Amino acid sequence: MRSTGYSNLSTEEILLPVRPLYVALTLLAALLLNLMPLTGWVLVLRPDFVALALLYWGIHQPRKVGFLPAWLLGLAVDVAEGSLFGQHALAYSVMMFSAIALHRRVAMFGVRHQMLHVLAILLLTQVIVLAVRAASGDEYPGWWYFVSSVIGALLWPVARFLFTIPLRARRDPDEV
Amino acid sequence: MEYTPPPFFKRGPSLLARLSFYALLSLVLLYADARFHYMEGLRKAIGVVLYPLQRIVEVPGEMISGIGGFFVNQSFLQRENERLARQNLLNAGLLQIQQEVISENSHLRRLLDMKERAVPTSIAAEILYFGRDPFSRKIIIDKGSSHKVEEGSAVVDDTGLIGQVNRAFPWTAEIALITDREQLVPVEVVRNGLRAAVYGTGYDGALDLRFMPVNADIENGDVLVTSGIDGVYPVGLPVAVVSNIERNAAYPFARITCTPAAGVNRHRQVLVLSRLAPLPEYPPAQQKKSKPRKSRRDG
Repeated sequence: MRSTGYSNLSTEEILLPVRPLYVALTLLAALLLNLMPLTGWVLVLRPDFVALALLYWGIHQPRKVGFLPAWLLGLAVDVAEGSLFGQHALAYSVMMFSAIALHRRVAMFGVRHQMLHVLAILLLTQVIVLAVRAASGDEYPGWWYFVSSVIGALLWPVARFLFTIPLRARRDPDEV
Repeated sequence: MEYTPPPFFKRGPSLLARLSFYALLSLVLLYADARFHYMEGLRKAIGVVLYPLQRIVEVPGEMISGIGGFFVNQSFLQRENERLARQNLLNAGLLQIQQEVISENSHLRRLLDMKERAVPTSIAAEILYFGRDPFSRKIIIDKGSSHKVEEGSAVVDDTGLIGQVNRAFPWTAEIALITDREQLVPVEVVRNGLRAAVYGTGYDGALDLRFMPVNADIENGDVLVTSGIDGVYPVGLPVAVVSNIERNAAYPFARITCTPAAGVNRHRQVLVLSRLAPLPEYPPAQQKKSKPRKSRRDG
């Protein structure tokens, strides 16, 4: 049996360097997923893919992905959703801040504990949107509003797996 | 000599400084949008950039429905065709009667020297997707300002009023449903012509008829249609049916809940009605009140 304390560090793969084009492509894919035409309860369950992708890059590449992409994508999400202009920009900026501030800490944990961090950050993002809407006179939509954060946190391992597929080093055929 | 770190460790402004910059920028945008609606131009520009992405995302759904349509059996189509033909015949009959009524109405109005009612033209559109903002009730349709969809026009389906065009982008338009919390529709009761206003509740399938006195003549099942006195909605579009009335003498107003006549959850096709001719201007305010203010400004 492996010792639990260092298992995460020892199993961390060595990945290829991330190219900016790859980051841009993943963010575009996340935006496309956010734009999917959905109705009813699927819409309630739908996680914020853009937030999840930004969070991944904020935690893993804090030097490459900063506030500007988060802010611009926030504006795009605001236009697509027809919500107040700037509410997601603000929420994603704060999310990016917490991701970059916590990135060393989060990397020390295993997947399950990382999910808890992600859940907290996603909930914070939604609370900011809620606060902005409350300030402009809207009502609390209901507890189901926060379900999408929980789904987003549950998708964290999947996101981690998908994001690293193109970054894994090709297995050297000469290696035994 | 002051100590500076070697350029090797330079990271630009601190994290907190960057956060404050972007947060402040967002707050300025929020304030300008919520209070003054300054951001419509920028919003439209971003909407144009997003449009191709929205169309790309539509493709898988369209493909699936296309494949589904391929396997529809003939008997189903035949049945539907028969039903539609029957309905068409029925509608044609009603339309003939209506033509006569319209001509008679315009004749009578001319006799009485009243303004003629404008007949709105309509633009057929399809629902692209439902708004994802959980705080409001909105839909996005596939016709925009390039198809002459104007902001403020009424949107209907085959059974009644759905909502109003909120924002017109070049190729899409955002429609605020009548169930949206900020929507208000002036209506009248068909049975007795009583005028009232219907407010959205923020929930699907429920509207509020507010500020009606406890003894107002309203019954369950009353049909509400647009009254047209606002100059926005054409006259006589079905809006809702009264579904529940609570009369409590402790409150000045009755609690009246209605069910919307139209539902966006059934069909994808909607009609955008063109805006009516603007109403005549309000009569000017009395001259006496404005005089002292004028003199103060002059002096």
